[in-house]
Amino acid sequence: MLSNTGNFLLFINIFLSSLIIFNSFKCLKTKNNIIFKNIYQISLVQSTLVLICFFTLIAAFIVSDFSLITVYQNSHSLKPLFYKISGTWGNHEGSLLLWVIILTIFSFLFLITNKNHSKNYRLYTLIIQNMLILGFLFFIILNSNPFSSINPIPKEGLGLNPILQDPALAIHPPLLYIGFVGSSIYFSAAMASMISNYSGRFFAQSIKSWVLISWTFQTLGILVGSIWAYYELGWGGFWFWDPVENASLLPWFAMTALLHSLLVLEKRNTLYFWTIILCLLTFTLSVTGTFLVRSGILNSVHTFANDPSRGIYILIFLSLMIFASIYFLFSKYKPTNDLINSNSKETFVLINNWFMMFYLITVLLGTLYPIFTDAITNNKISVGPPFYNSVIIPVVIAFLFFMAIGPQTKWIKNKFSNLKTILLILGGAIIINFAIVYFFKSYSLISNLILISSLFLIMSSIFDFFKKSRLSLPRIVSHLSFGFLILFIGLNHNFSVEKDFNLKLGEAKKIDDYEFALLDLKLNQETNYKAVVGKLEVNNSNTMKRRILYPEIRIYDNPQTLTYEASIQTNFLGDHYLTMSNVDRSEYYNIKFQHKPLMIWIWISVLLLSLGGFLSLFKNAKNN
Amino acid sequence: MQKIIKSIIVFLFIFVLLVFYNSLNRETNYSTDYLVGNKLAKINLKSFDDNKIYTSEDFKKSRYTLINFWASWCAPCRVEHPYLMQLSKEKDLKILGVNFKDKKINASKFLNELGNPYYYMAKDSTGKQSVNFGIYGIPESILINNETIVLKKFIGPLNEQNLKDIKEIINSL
Repeated sequence: MLSNTGNFLLFINIFLSSLIIFNSFKCLKTKNNIIFKNIYQISLVQSTLVLICFFTLIAAFIVSDFSLITVYQNSHSLKPLFYKISGTWGNHEGSLLLWVIILTIFSFLFLITNKNHSKNYRLYTLIIQNMLILGFLFFIILNSNPFSSINPIPKEGLGLNPILQDPALAIHPPLLYIGFVGSSIYFSAAMASMISNYSGRFFAQSIKSWVLISWTFQTLGILVGSIWAYYELGWGGFWFWDPVENASLLPWFAMTALLHSLLVLEKRNTLYFWTIILCLLTFTLSVTGTFLVRSGILNSVHTFANDPSRGIYILIFLSLMIFASIYFLFSKYKPTNDLINSNSKETFVLINNWFMMFYLITVLLGTLYPIFTDAITNNKISVGPPFYNSVIIPVVIAFLFFMAIGPQTKWIKNKFSNLKTILLILGGAIIINFAIVYFFKSYSLISNLILISSLFLIMSSIFDFFKKSRLSLPRIVSHLSFGFLILFIGLNHNFSVEKDFNLKLGEAKKIDDYEFALLDLKLNQETNYKAVVGKLEVNNSNTMKRRILYPEIRIYDNPQTLTYEASIQTNFLGDHYLTMSNVDRSEYYNIKFQHKPLMIWIWISVLLLSLGGFLSLFKNAKNN
Repeated sequence: MQKIIKSIIVFLFIFVLLVFYNSLNRETNYSTDYLVGNKLAKINLKSFDDNKIYTSEDFKKSRYTLINFWASWCAPCRVEHPYLMQLSKEKDLKILGVNFKDKKINASKFLNELGNPYYYMAKDSTGKQSVNFGIYGIPESILINNETIVLKKFIGPLNEQNLKDIKEIINSL
């Protein structure tokens, strides 16, 4: 029953998308500047039906309707309700439906919120967006249908991968999807802008909010994924330069560059084609990321199942997107004579874009290089953190300096009248840095430079806060929090402590300033798993503080999986992080203990960064 | 100059997309196609119910044997099960089911629910024995003759076409 309803709604949506495209073409032929009323109506119905379609799938998960293969493979009747619901998008098929929802709703909202822009531009945007919707709807129906049924109906489901049964992971996909699927709307708008010759600052105004929305949610999505990896994967790190993490970071770099170049286009009416390229690039990178992850070329928790036919479909889709973009770009490209003074805000924004492109290319190369060497030379290699750290970190220093100085400059022609202040702030940053070195311990030259540059950005932003009008608040918040983010990452990296050892029940061990004792082991029976819970005492002889931590080894029933849950004690100064794993055929347990200073501040900084995005969004909405 | 740049960009994209396509078709797992036409290595499988050990000798009795690797936790096994039930009615074919990394109680429940197509039933609780057959995922099935020569390998669940192919082979003479 739910299978039929879902399939029916999918087909109706294909029909509605085609109808929108057909009516839009018809409307393009009319001379007045009014869009047919029925286009609005069909778009509204389309958005409503796609939502109902998704709720149908959620309902199937809630009532454990195992006649649907997707529900059977990703749910279990004993699973808590919350994870039944989040299981809807915790799999390939369901998450594709979420794609279509975002594509559709963004399409509708773009249509109704841009009424003061040219008719043709809006219609072409709608047409291209609906072509994307159609592409994904066909992909769902032909290859990844969440409403496919199974006969005979199984009595019980196979359950959701336990490491995905987590509150952070329940909200991670929707946030990230609003980010990178949301970028589809300015991909469509950029194409429409070229086709309908609707360029310049009006184009910038029409997409600014959408870029801000997607950037903000992409930032939050990456944050939540990172928090999850921190406490769930049990490695104590928050960023691993894993190809799948990189896939979410690539569109983020392009979006950040786009956000800044839009400012120039809006204020100075230059950099139009560069902005267009960034719009096209962002969504192309999003689809490339999806291709790499879903086709199984990159293996990770995101690879739900290896199915090359899936990959081929996304690859065809990606190729069409790329070649259509290139075709329109080449045929519409006109060399412009953008006169930009080398000492002006425009130049500083461009510098931001160069940095973003540098990061993007570095991460893209690091991610694709192993795929290329494997395909061309049959040589399997992996590109890990040392590559990224050594290429990216030194460049971050220069980036932070430019980021601090950029906002102080003026449009068109700048004069550094505030050079004294800048030097004063720099002096302050250097003094604070050496104070940190003096009070704690010495560290490398590059760490010193990272700290100085991030402190310089923080202090400049605070200075701005008191000096500038409230209108600059969103930018100040974002830049300030980025400075804090790098500062806290730097401090965390330099002052982290890690101990790795084996311990058995009743045993105690002293390592440097710490003394560890495994006091107790308990076996707990929970609803869908059993847990071996350790009770570990950690004494720090330096601070004379005693802590008790409770790491777990969980044995899930459906499907049978072993996971290691870290025990984390968080406070404002830092985290105490401990994982315990069993050593085969022995009474010993492997213990990994870490003290990670200022951990919570890293999360708060990213949260503030996205707050900057929200503030900017409100400011933009108010202005329009 | 502009033309050259444009061509370079287009070629670059084509190159990247071709590499992607190529990676897609790469077999990340090792291939076991070489097994077809060759004699199976020593067979040594524990019976599902008792302590009996199945060896190559056991499969000389019938003209064809289909070795099917399955588990109760495997969703596609459920999908292919009706085909196995159909094949179990063939005179010249006996089916050996190798229960892969499974619990006996769950496996029995599965067969009670869907029917038992297996003439012989063996188990491979650790999954180690199956490696000798070149199995790297389940379900997989191997059709052998009475000399234990592999006639055909089926990776993934059996489908309508596979059913026809098997019937064609066993009824060919």
